Amino acid sequence: MGLTMVEKILAKAVRRPAVRAGDVVEPAVGMAMSHENAALVINQFLDIYKGTGLEPRVWDPSKIAIIFDHRVPAESAKTATNQRRIRDFVAGQGIRKFHDIRGDRGGICHQILPENGYVLPGKVVVGTDSHTTSHGALGAFAFGVGATEMASVWALGTVLNVEVPKTIQAVVKGRFPRYVLAKDLILHLIGRLTAEGANFKVIEFHGPAVKAMPTSGRLTLCNMSVEAGATSGIVPPDAETVRYLRSEARAKGRFDMFGPDPDADYDRTIEIDVSTLEPMVACPHAVDNVKPVGAVRGVKVQQIVLGSCTNGRLDDLAVAARILKGKTVAKGIRMLVFPASARIYGQALKLGYISDFIKAGAVVMNPGCGPCLGVHQGALGDGEVALATTNRNFKGRMGNPNAEVYLASPAVAAASALKGAIADPRKGGR
Amino acid sequence: MAKVILKLGDDISTDIIYPGRFLATVLPAETPQYAFADSPEFNGRLKRKEIPAGSVIVAGKNFGCGSSREQAASTLKGHELAVVARDFARIFLQNSINLGLRTVICPTIEAAEGDELEIAPDRISNLTSGKSFLVEPLPRARQSIIDAGGLIPYTRKRLLEKKAGV
Repeated sequence: MGLTMVEKILAKAVRRPAVRAGDVVEPAVGMAMSHENAALVINQFLDIYKGTGLEPRVWDPSKIAIIFDHRVPAESAKTATNQRRIRDFVAGQGIRKFHDIRGDRGGICHQILPENGYVLPGKVVVGTDSHTTSHGALGAFAFGVGATEMASVWALGTVLNVEVPKTIQAVVKGRFPRYVLAKDLILHLIGRLTAEGANFKVIEFHGPAVKAMPTSGRLTLCNMSVEAGATSGIVPPDAETVRYLRSEARAKGRFDMFGPDPDADYDRTIEIDVSTLEPMVACPHAVDNVKPVGAVRGVKVQQIVLGSCTNGRLDDLAVAARILKGKTVAKGIRMLVFPASARIYGQALKLGYISDFIKAGAVVMNPGCGPCLGVHQGALGDGEVALATTNRNFKGRMGNPNAEVYLASPAVAAASALKGAIADPRKGGR
Repeated sequence: MAKVILKLGDDISTDIIYPGRFLATVLPAETPQYAFADSPEFNGRLKRKEIPAGSVIVAGKNFGCGSSREQAASTLKGHELAVVARDFARIFLQNSINLGLRTVICPTIEAAEGDELEIAPDRISNLTSGKSFLVEPLPRARQSIIDAGGLIPYTRKRLLEKKAGV
């Protein structure tokens, strides 16, 4: 039997001709990303060096990226102090891939990495964030780790004791109907797999519907693979990957373009025909509690959040802006828009989307993660309901255990904002 | 012997174990105060030190799903609790092993709050119900980290070996 994408990437990262699911390896890391939780990574990193007599130096500053996105600008003195500590560390260690709170190059880590060419196909990427799975969209093996694990990577340049995961093959066929988006596909898949259906496994995305999908949509797919428990999602690199890396990420050099072997040994194969899919909604309080939008149409909401590492990219904003243009967000609704990066914000400004949002009554915020995990802005009141394009709806997620969060696509979010209740975008907001 | 002090269902997320709004608190010495902060009764008992070290949380499938936040493991480690679950989410399990939080995978565990458990390497005996349940080993890839007493001492050893050119 042949090798899966991840088996090939890990074999390369340990300089062996092949590795197999179940093998234990110590792969070299191509990119190590952290956000504000770098404050804890630094603490653990310094701890490793205690008593060794060695000077704490990261293994390779060019392979470390740190992005401030979870609480920007700082919401408290505590966060501001953490951020200050990280700035000092970054300067001391010579880490150049540092994205501070800035209107020109700031943004959410899972957008900053792709758009700056920090992630390349065939590489091992780790991040102290569970949604690091996103970067599989560019053909990398990317997975989330804890802060101590990252401290170990900073010291050694490898991830210790990694068990090569099994892979689930998802073959996606058909053409997306109008207003059915990558978000609907991944919600459907999570509903089928359940929240732990892919635990300790990788989901490899194939099929004509994935081939035809822009990188923005692939990032959405891989981003939310973790909500089925997956170690990562991955898309074999192709012409679209090269287009994105060359023209948007301005990446130079040669790319390591390889896919899985045709006879790769998959754990199982799932087939999906998107032409029969409807807009989907994940209902409180579980991401795998997925229903077609029709089943929850009319549920009153008080807050709409458009953005996040899942759905804050230009294509996402475009879909929502088209629906909102010339119309008004319903009375009693707060619509918050968070572009995924400063670059996307600028592009949306140029294309008129920001103006469309503002004229419709939405509030456009600076790029960041804040409301998605209830750490900064956009908290919900007791008994309130939100519909968000974010990735999690666990109890308490948006800052209040006495509130509810529904998850959906940017199209459902925009249609619902106009209606003041969950609405089907295919019905023109009716 | 260890007492079950909390019984939980499936898919307990890290947002339940350690709510996001306390994530600016990072140091393992400071995180224990926010364990299960959205369950004020249980959080209060922990904070008042009413729960002895070694007490057990029993949970269903996919314990610790969601975020990679290490605080979810350090907050429980700070109270020296153990977690017995039908299974664990990947990152949470890894964080727990890295920090030395005792986690036990027991796919068929049945226990109620107040039950007394005896946890052996291969089985758990519920002394209250008289039933016993097989324990699944932790991922073997992780055994050397457990043996070293956590990822920090393990990495330190590896770093020194590397510098010595071993």
